[in-house]
Amino acid sequence: MLWDWGYTWEILPILARASLLTVQVTILGFALAATFGLLLAILRMSRSPWIAAPTAGFVEFVRSTPLLIQIAFIYFVLPGFGITLGAMTAGLLALGMHYGTYCSEVYRAGLANIPRGQWEASTALNLSAFHTFRDVIIPQAIPPVVPALGNYLIALFKETPLLSAIAVLELMQTAKILGSENFRYTEPITLVGLFFLVFSLVTALLVRQFERWLYRRGGLA
Amino acid sequence: MSDRSTGTARQPMVRFENVTKSYGAFTVLDELNLDIAAGEKVAIIGPSGSGKTTVLRMLMTLETINGGVIWVDGEPLTHVERNGQLVPADMRHLRRIRGKIGMVFQHFNLFPHMTALKNCMEAPVTVLKMPKREAEERARELLAMVGLGEKLGHYPSQLSGGQQQRVAIARALAMRPKVMLFDEVTSALDPELVGEVLNVIRKLGSELDVTMLMVTHQMGFAKEFADRVCFFYGGKIAEQGPPAQLFGAPENERTRQFLSAVLEAT
Amino acid sequence: MRARPLVLCAIVSFTAGLAVASFAGFREFLPGLLQGALVTVEITLGAAVVAVISAFLGAIGKMYGPWPVRWLAIGYIEIFRGTSALVQLFWVFFVLPHFGLTLEPITAAIVTLGISFGAYGAELVRGAIVSVQRGQWEAATALNMTRMTALRRIIVPQAFIRMIPPWGNLFIELLKATSLVSLITISDLAFKAQQMNQTTFRTLEIFSIVLVFYFALASVITVAMRALEERAASGLARGRH
Repeated sequence: MLWDWGYTWEILPILARASLLTVQVTILGFALAATFGLLLAILRMSRSPWIAAPTAGFVEFVRSTPLLIQIAFIYFVLPGFGITLGAMTAGLLALGMHYGTYCSEVYRAGLANIPRGQWEASTALNLSAFHTFRDVIIPQAIPPVVPALGNYLIALFKETPLLSAIAVLELMQTAKILGSENFRYTEPITLVGLFFLVFSLVTALLVRQFERWLYRRGGLA
Repeated sequence: MSDRSTGTARQPMVRFENVTKSYGAFTVLDELNLDIAAGEKVAIIGPSGSGKTTVLRMLMTLETINGGVIWVDGEPLTHVERNGQLVPADMRHLRRIRGKIGMVFQHFNLFPHMTALKNCMEAPVTVLKMPKREAEERARELLAMVGLGEKLGHYPSQLSGGQQQRVAIARALAMRPKVMLFDEVTSALDPELVGEVLNVIRKLGSELDVTMLMVTHQMGFAKEFADRVCFFYGGKIAEQGPPAQLFGAPENERTRQFLSAVLEAT
Repeated sequence: MRARPLVLCAIVSFTAGLAVASFAGFREFLPGLLQGALVTVEITLGAAVVAVISAFLGAIGKMYGPWPVRWLAIGYIEIFRGTSALVQLFWVFFVLPHFGLTLEPITAAIVTLGISFGAYGAELVRGAIVSVQRGQWEAATALNMTRMTALRRIIVPQAFIRMIPPWGNLFIELLKATSLVSLITISDLAFKAQQMNQTTFRTLEIFSIVLVFYFALASVITVAMRALEERAASGLARGRH
């Protein structure tokens, strides 16, 4: 038959539970990425070419190569160097690293848009680099780039199925297992597709709301 | 309706009949009535926001109208006659009538990816389905007429503002319009380039039998070139008449104020 | 962009060093990897063509089509942008046969990835077309052109050059996405990497070289797009004198 409703109700709770893991991975992964990205962006602004250039090279390289291979690299290669990580951890690190480079580019653009006068005023007030960044620069740099970051959050969310390649029990992997156990892939995979669709539309709306809230709060037009 | 559709020599080339245009609550043009005879050269002056440019843009179908009818050469532009009633026109009718009107813009709007020659050939070829050779000959003629016979292969980015505007005039003329609209065509030019464009317009006026409607701030030019001057204020024609009368002895207080302010500025 | 040749040099020397250290070993897996690379290139090129076509159809349908076409285009764009590429691939591979449509794996991959990235491309095309100055539309109207003629002869040629850099980025995303086909058993570079790893266990070398391969391919795309941009610019005779 074309669609087995009984089967659908059966697997729905299992998929729902797995979706929680997917959301967890997304949030943790993005938190890592957003933080790592900020670090990369700041390092790249360093006046010493010994720090700035390798950072730029790293960002360029990671951005241009597939996440799937990077996941495999972290999961399969590191054990050879004595670092054995669980699949979930390896997956999170890969997501954080990969999307960290995207976020760093977003931050870079945001930081570049800060008028030089802000930096100069901070110097004139003798603020330390730390305080300059924390109190002056970053509060102005972040709100304009929230939409771009939001897009990457959604993109990261949609790439969590890649973790199924190293058997993390997120949504895609669960669907595959259900499919192979019951010899029916139609319902699990379609439901997973719908889940992603609904979730990304909802998240897109939330991101837009967050953006509006940030602007109102920050007093920026 | 039929007495309008049989062409007589007295019939206006362009007629605005109770034309209204508003943006939401803001009325830009309020029941405008204006007749322009064939071959007449009309200058439209007035402060910004008075609706002058909107008049041209509505005639060129760049803006919709909210009330009234515009007639061109005896036929309604934006409406068609059906069973004795006027109903909004479809695209085909609109394009047929619109083909009689040409426009030159303040910011030239030349096609940057085409040479001067190609700019003038493009519409005749794609719209009038003119054979390329014929279109090219005509384009050459027109560009020579505006004094750019040597610049056929130049791209807009390689031409000065005055030269670009002259190409724009040639481009509009290539479609053989009966009515030519000039929307502040010298306002974006450096002062020393204004003269060459005005000279071309003067030449057109004497050599071609074209009805001209121009929105301008060049009072001197309007005085010497136009058959009639319309002063717009607050979406209505406050005063109109031959230039000698309007500039020399304006009847309306607003006209006087405007003219004195303009003279002060020059 | 100065980072790119620097990184390339660094990687090449690193790999060269590795090669010297284990020369015979390279011959074990390199041919296999190269085969996979060929498949990757094939899928990328095929999907790129499909993507460009779908993007233009989607963008123009969304902007200028009659309302049923417009809704179709919007639906297409939102659905494919809102779902995961891997899920789409799986769906085409595992679920479509159930509804009667079984495609050959590589064809399925090219079509799916092409249509999927075409949805992103449509927004990109739309952005470029919208960015063309209003005055150009007005001039076309003043010359009594139809909307399609104006689009074809005036607007799109000007939008084209603005599209090239974002298309370049999208093509690189597409290249990276092709690695997903390894999960539906297509023997691309990513698949071969895993395969060679299982047989030779030279994990570090294999995955390092595979990463370098992808980076090299991405660089080729960047260079090609920049060359295209330069050609288009001279064709338009854009730029100051």
